[in-house]
Amino acid sequence: MNAPNLFQYCLHLADNVLILSQRNSEWCGHGPVLEQDIAITNISLDLLGQARNMYQYAAALYNKLSEEEKSAVEFLVPRPWKIFGRELTEDDLAFLRDERQYLNLLLVELPKGDWALTILRQFFFSAFQIIFYQQLQQREDAQLSAIAEKSLKEVAYHLRWSSEWVVRMGDGTDESNRRIRNALDELWSFTGEMFLPSTYELQVADEGFGVNVALLKETWLQKVSEVFAEARLKVPQQDETSGKSWVQSGGKEGSHTEYLGYILTDMQYLQRTFPDSVW
Amino acid sequence: MVVATENMTSSSVEEQKIWQILQEVKDPEIPVLSIVDLGIVRSVHYLPSNSGEPGVSKRDGRGEVTITPTYSGCPAMDVIRMDIRLKLLEHGYKNITVQQSLSPAWTTDWITEEGKRKLKEFGIAPPNPKQQFCTSEMFKEEAVQCPFCNSYHTKQVSRFGSTACKAVYHCDNCKENFDYFKCH
Ligand SMILES: [Zn+2]
Repeated sequence: MNAPNLFQYCLHLADNVLILSQRNSEWCGHGPVLEQDIAITNISLDLLGQARNMYQYAAALYNKLSEEEKSAVEFLVPRPWKIFGRELTEDDLAFLRDERQYLNLLLVELPKGDWALTILRQFFFSAFQIIFYQQLQQREDAQLSAIAEKSLKEVAYHLRWSSEWVVRMGDGTDESNRRIRNALDELWSFTGEMFLPSTYELQVADEGFGVNVALLKETWLQKVSEVFAEARLKVPQQDETSGKSWVQSGGKEGSHTEYLGYILTDMQYLQRTFPDSVW
Repeated sequence: MVVATENMTSSSVEEQKIWQILQEVKDPEIPVLSIVDLGIVRSVHYLPSNSGEPGVSKRDGRGEVTITPTYSGCPAMDVIRMDIRLKLLEHGYKNITVQQSLSPAWTTDWITEEGKRKLKEFGIAPPNPKQQFCTSEMFKEEAVQCPFCNSYHTKQVSRFGSTACKAVYHCDNCKENFDYFKCH
């Protein structure tokens, strides 16, 4: 097993859920009604918990690497941490890495938009997560498998909640239908990145520790089509001549939209201003 | 190996005592429930000190308590971890570490019967046995019994309540809103 690859893989998985958690938490105090405000922030909390489990594991992996292996992932390690003179922790990974060191999907960093955009993104991501975690649970790595097992129950809830909202909005009023169609236009080209494996994902998958995301696309499309049928929404078609649709990508390698920098500025402010401070 | 046998016996005696003490550690968000009622204590291991020197207590040994979170992001876990160590310290156990395990994942089926009774007394509907409702299927409603008047004429107000583990319901019979500890 290639430990530096596994470390990078865990960061990618952790970053996805941390950034989406941060985005969803922007609804705290701003939800359309109190119950839904609480719902989206609870989902946020679940995602944050999943992120913590992944970062803790990533930090533990890193601390056990040999010097040679450490230099292979030097580019991912938070620079300010080096002067602390102690082992790497989950907080260092979340609060002290720069934008280019973040490996999350572009989908999760996009601004929260209106309620339609937030719930449609959550639906796309939860529908992906549920099949992803089902596979990860069967893989070789004991800790990743345990995290997947734990997260699956939460994701089942997120998927159910977000599916219901997609139906409610798609099959609702003219206004709700217009909004969710706008959200669909906005988000669709960002969904393809979920199924475009990066080099490190493929390597970890080949070793039996990770999941080949390219193989999940069919199942995901099926789930989306089911819910869209009830929501009276159309799944965007692939381009007829090339057979492909345009996919926004780069996040998994650290090339992000301009939005990520702003989230990090907000989220990392305290640890950047008072490095290594604790509650 | 007489020594080993003796050690094993006194170790399980101490473990029994620790389980008892853990009954006093409450869930910070549902203070009627102990962490044992909630089913989040997965194991207790204790190795008593056997130096035989005068003044060395059996409680000078080393212990490990393993807990599992209800939900990944449950903010109560850090508090519970600290409470476990403090409560055991009160009873003289100095060297206790608290480990977290994720697998097997916690389920509401691990809440004890005693725990379910206490929940109901507290005004929270206890979880139904785990069943088909823990799925991702849409618009499925669970029949939940009102903890106040026992009516099943209830409806869900919100799938998420004051904490991740609860949903909000309304009773059409006695008109009260109540929390439901949802099956998980
Ligand atoms: Zn009632």
